[in-house]
Amino acid sequence: MDWFPLINSLRIAGISTVIIFFAGIFSAYYIAKAPRAVKGFLDVILTLPLVLPPTVVGYLLLMALGPRRPIGAWLLDTFEIKVTMTWWSAIFATTVVIFPLMYRTARGAFESFDETLAYSAKTLGLPNYYIFWKIRMPYCRQGILAGTVLAFARALGEYGATSMIAGYTPGHTATISTTVYQLWRINDDGQAFKWVMINMAISFVVLLAVNLLEKRSAAQAMGRRR
Amino acid sequence: MVSAMSMFVDIEKRMDAFFLKVNFEVGEETLALLGASGCGKSMTLKCIAGIEKPDRGRIVVDGVTLFDSEKGIHLPPQKRCLGMMFQNYALFPNMTVEQNIKAGTKREKNKKERQYVVEEMMERFGLRKYAGHYPHQLSGGQQQRTALARMLVSTPRALLLDEPFSALDNHLRFRLEQEVREVIRGFNRTVLLVSHDRDEVFRMAQTIAVMDEGKVEVLGSRDAVFENPKTVVSARLTGCKNISAIERRDTHRVFARDWGLELSTAGQVSEAAAIGVRMHDICQRGGENSFLCRVADEIENPFSYTIMLKPDGKEDSAPFGWELEKESWEKIRAKTVEITIPPEAILLLREGDCSG
Repeated sequence: MDWFPLINSLRIAGISTVIIFFAGIFSAYYIAKAPRAVKGFLDVILTLPLVLPPTVVGYLLLMALGPRRPIGAWLLDTFEIKVTMTWWSAIFATTVVIFPLMYRTARGAFESFDETLAYSAKTLGLPNYYIFWKIRMPYCRQGILAGTVLAFARALGEYGATSMIAGYTPGHTATISTTVYQLWRINDDGQAFKWVMINMAISFVVLLAVNLLEKRSAAQAMGRRR
Repeated sequence: MVSAMSMFVDIEKRMDAFFLKVNFEVGEETLALLGASGCGKSMTLKCIAGIEKPDRGRIVVDGVTLFDSEKGIHLPPQKRCLGMMFQNYALFPNMTVEQNIKAGTKREKNKKERQYVVEEMMERFGLRKYAGHYPHQLSGGQQQRTALARMLVSTPRALLLDEPFSALDNHLRFRLEQEVREVIRGFNRTVLLVSHDRDEVFRMAQTIAVMDEGKVEVLGSRDAVFENPKTVVSARLTGCKNISAIERRDTHRVFARDWGLELSTAGQVSEAAAIGVRMHDICQRGGENSFLCRVADEIENPFSYTIMLKPDGKEDSAPFGWELEKESWEKIRAKTVEITIPPEAILLLREGDCSG
């Protein structure tokens, strides 16, 4: 059996999750501080990919990154990089589609943060980066971890935008989800079923992990309340 | 002890609900900002700490300008060197007692020095046993001691205490208050205490600023403010429960509308709009301002009685309270009593808004 789709899916999901993690927590942190009007507007823009069909996101990405489109053409001319139809093209797709999930979860986690902790840390002379990484993030750890795991699981299964921007080339851009579609199309039920089971197993483990994290965070919140 | 004035605050800030306009100077002593919730006292503290930014004004502590809107100075809280304690203590939940205290140490010092001062502070507050405990494993008292240690280890120029005891049970409160008083005594510099509790303020502060609707209404020494609160709000906050609107009859004579009584006053009735009489100042010595009253209600307190009185024959007037020791009341208990409102005990009060 060719394991390439699994490896490819894992590396795409892994790299996207790292990008989404940082982009998500920083946008959640800074947008929470923005003036109300700006906040409302940015919130809508950043959440939009969550409700748009992934094919629409894929279409918009192609409009920007396609070899004859503004950014794609410029990258091709100056760096001779073709940003579509490679395995890592899928990273753009998953990052944009999954980002809102992380952004929303991180925002929810940050909203539960007791701001007086940051105030007292400031009066004690602690620098802002310290407050963020050593006080705010640990406080919101469970929520953010759960969001990250969920983002990874969702990135692993992204199909619509990925298939449009990376296509399906066996051993080259194939992911689990595009492979399942391809196998079903050529009536190879046996192989398709194998990949379905692999995907189900991964998702099951991930969701189990999220549940455990949420339970622990609830228990911790109880402990904190004293 | 070099300068008599170690904290100067003159700030303005417009907010949704009201306009904050605070102005005071205080030396190396404890100043209490006394006010009802929502009067702007906590916001004032946050402006001084640098957590909130005033629209206009100046804040100087120990000769160092922390904020000056004209010169464009607005030091971040990290650079202000002020110790602030919050109602819930704001201990970092993910850090042990030792780590919490260490977080307060000066970062420019080396590791050994920092560890040394942390050890010293834990010793002083009896926290050595709990060094490895997390805040949620501590009792209220231990939490407060950790917060105090963490604040003092940062060697602040002044202390800002934001309602430190208001979330506590009564019995715990008294003990913890004592510990804070001890810290203040050893600190010997400016301490700002925000509170709505008159007993706490009386025990802890030398100077009191009564705040209402974003403004300092009365500022004075503790005894002066309690003896002569000057305004209705201030009288209420210092615990005066009998307050009546008045009509001026003469330079030393008023008609108390709520009670339907005409009273002589020791002080001159000039701009007063109301009078106040503390419940325990009412007596039975006879003479001026003596009235026959009907007992409308008798309220038993642990160590005293509060007798609600209505002037005889004036059924539709508001009752006023008279507080006296249990024994005294049990001796004279009756349906009607003759009481005296001593002219010198009458507080002449103006409305807050017409402050000068």
